[in-house]
Amino acid sequence: MSTVLVFLDHPGASLAKSERELLSLGASLGDVAVALAETAGQAYLDGVGSYGVQEYYRPDSGAVAEVLVAGKAAFLAEAVRTSGASIVLLGNSYEAKEIAARLGIRLEAGVITDVVGLESGLVATKADFAGSYTVNCRVTTDVAILTVKPNSFEAVEAGTPSSPREVPLPVELPSSAARITGRAEKPASGRPELTEARVIVAGGRGVDGNFGPLEELADALGGAVGASRAATDAGWIEHSAQIGQTGKTVSPQLYVSVGISGAIQQKAGMQTSKVIVAINKDADSPVFEIADFGIVGDLFTVLPQATEEIRKRGL
Amino acid sequence: MDEATADGLRIAVLVKHVPDAQFDRHIGGDDLTTVRSESILSELDEYALEAALQIVEAHGGAAAGHRVTALTMGPAPAVNAVKKSLQIGADDGVHLIDEALRGSDAAASSKALAALLRHVGPFDLILTGMASTDGETSLVPAQLAERLELPQVTFAASIELTNDDGSWTLAARRDNDSFAENIEATLPALVSVTDQINEPRYPNFKGIMAAKKKQLQVLTLADIGLQPDEVGFAGSWTRVEAASPRPPRSQGIIITDEGDAGIRLVDFLAGQKLL
Ligand SMILES: Cc1cc2nc3c(=O)[nH]c(=O)nc-3n(C[C@H](O)[C@H](O)[C@H](O)COP(=O)(O)OP(=O)(O)OC[C@H]3O[C@@H](n4cnc5c(N)ncnc54)[C@H](O)[C@@H]3O)c2cc1C
Ligand SMILES: Nc1ncnc2c1ncn2[C@@H]1O[C@H](COP(=O)(O)O)[C@@H](O)[C@H]1O
Repeated sequence: MSTVLVFLDHPGASLAKSERELLSLGASLGDVAVALAETAGQAYLDGVGSYGVQEYYRPDSGAVAEVLVAGKAAFLAEAVRTSGASIVLLGNSYEAKEIAARLGIRLEAGVITDVVGLESGLVATKADFAGSYTVNCRVTTDVAILTVKPNSFEAVEAGTPSSPREVPLPVELPSSAARITGRAEKPASGRPELTEARVIVAGGRGVDGNFGPLEELADALGGAVGASRAATDAGWIEHSAQIGQTGKTVSPQLYVSVGISGAIQQKAGMQTSKVIVAINKDADSPVFEIADFGIVGDLFTVLPQATEEIRKRGL
Repeated sequence: MDEATADGLRIAVLVKHVPDAQFDRHIGGDDLTTVRSESILSELDEYALEAALQIVEAHGGAAAGHRVTALTMGPAPAVNAVKKSLQIGADDGVHLIDEALRGSDAAASSKALAALLRHVGPFDLILTGMASTDGETSLVPAQLAERLELPQVTFAASIELTNDDGSWTLAARRDNDSFAENIEATLPALVSVTDQINEPRYPNFKGIMAAKKKQLQVLTLADIGLQPDEVGFAGSWTRVEAASPRPPRSQGIIITDEGDAGIRLVDFLAGQKLL
């Protein structure tokens, strides 16, 4: 049986959904070992243990997290050597992809990013050209490094918590690395993480600075709030809410596009969504070309009415 | 690439020639490679070039001995990415072209680009885009930093250089999902920039005329000391097995609000079992 090394970055209080997906996928492919770059609490470790994980690797010094990307890549290379893993699974954040990139060079191993499916023989499926192509590809080296998109694999219920054993690893940091000199946490919205959300309500320039009606609909639907670049550039909402070519790529069950024209760079981040609803007062907006349900109308009347109707039906 | 030059910064900007996203893009041929007709300078690399030009301007301009070199790797038409960069303001250009490069994945591309940068350099600063708008993997910059053993400052939303007695340091800001980071490095370094960093300029008439006189070097693998089997299909660690266009989304229902669109939306969502 092959060993699968799952890399978990920035652990929260407990396992996130995307992390459970990674561990489940790992368990379906072989024996799972975990690499944790940062300190995790007991609840988190119990969660990891419940996937049958016996060992987790930790760098023996905190310095790994103080240099950008290079430190974690060096640590992960050590963990692959120690565990003898032939498959490495990471999340799909920009940082995770970069760690995968450097790890690939260190191990002379192929890297496939944005994986949404995996067939036997480790043939990976991913979208290309902003979701307009589906591509199957394979790593040809002994070790395969895959970064996996959230919501692509099922998070199997975990078993009984066990206590995985910590294995400290010595890590030699690159002599010339960039240092992280400060970190500012952003306020949490309390809504689901965009890339994990089942429902996203996204607003653009048409929102005109008022995301209130979108937040209310998102809350009624249990969804997350996203935005076009026009809205994030205007400062109406955090940059991390941006969806598109230079923001996040999402594929929720439902994407509600509100006051967004549907430029190619915006479509790049959302056109693989299962169902797309568009609300725009301009009937000629390109967003209607990809909408399953489009409403030509004013968002400030349509949204509150929809939210009220959902509440009225007690849904 | 160990020594920074004393007299002015040497800045490399990596520019890629990519299929224009405004048109339909395709993967084709027996070897499943990107079809490169209708290609342009990758929009995201314009931010890297602009960042380079702004650094030069902020630190004494060309008179201070700074020099911006635009480099690309790709088939014959890729030279247009360099030519456009020269028109926008790069000082000189380099085009790495070789039949053997065809089919290079990120690892093979970074190998070729690393060898190219070593051959043409040394550079104090290497600037790239945050991702190529065709491959979109964002792997190449990190892999270059690893191969060239340079500090990696990637996804920079702002950068600032300071010169302290001839040695340069760089401070950058990077936005992650739940936090923002401040990053510091000494030069030489590799930096990738996001589309948040600046507003790229357009080439003007003067720039277009001046570009004609700028030096453009064309190099092959042999020139930079690489064997054909180190790159391209042979040197890649991943392989594309199949590629198919996604079926276009079927035309949906479009309604015009007549006072009840919000309710009809809820009906639609209920019908789709999305509530
Ligand atoms: C390199 C690069 C990268 C980019 N990356 C991204 C990216 O990642 N994500 C992204 O989104 N964009 C990106 N863009 C920008 C993109 O090209 C568009 O400019 C942007 O998506 C437009 O945002 P918008 O649709 O909100 O604004 P607009 O195009 O101005 O559209 C606003 C829409 O709101 C509608 N509207 C106005 N008022 C109302 C109302 N009361 N009710 C209903 N509808 C209303 C209007 O009819 C219009 O269609 C990028 C651009 C570049 C050059
Ligand atoms: N063939 C190439 N020629 C020049 N630069 C490239 C090439 N491929 C990638 N790059 C650079 O690497 C960045 C990231 O590309 P990628 O890793 O493919 O997403 C781009 O924005 C370019 O700056």
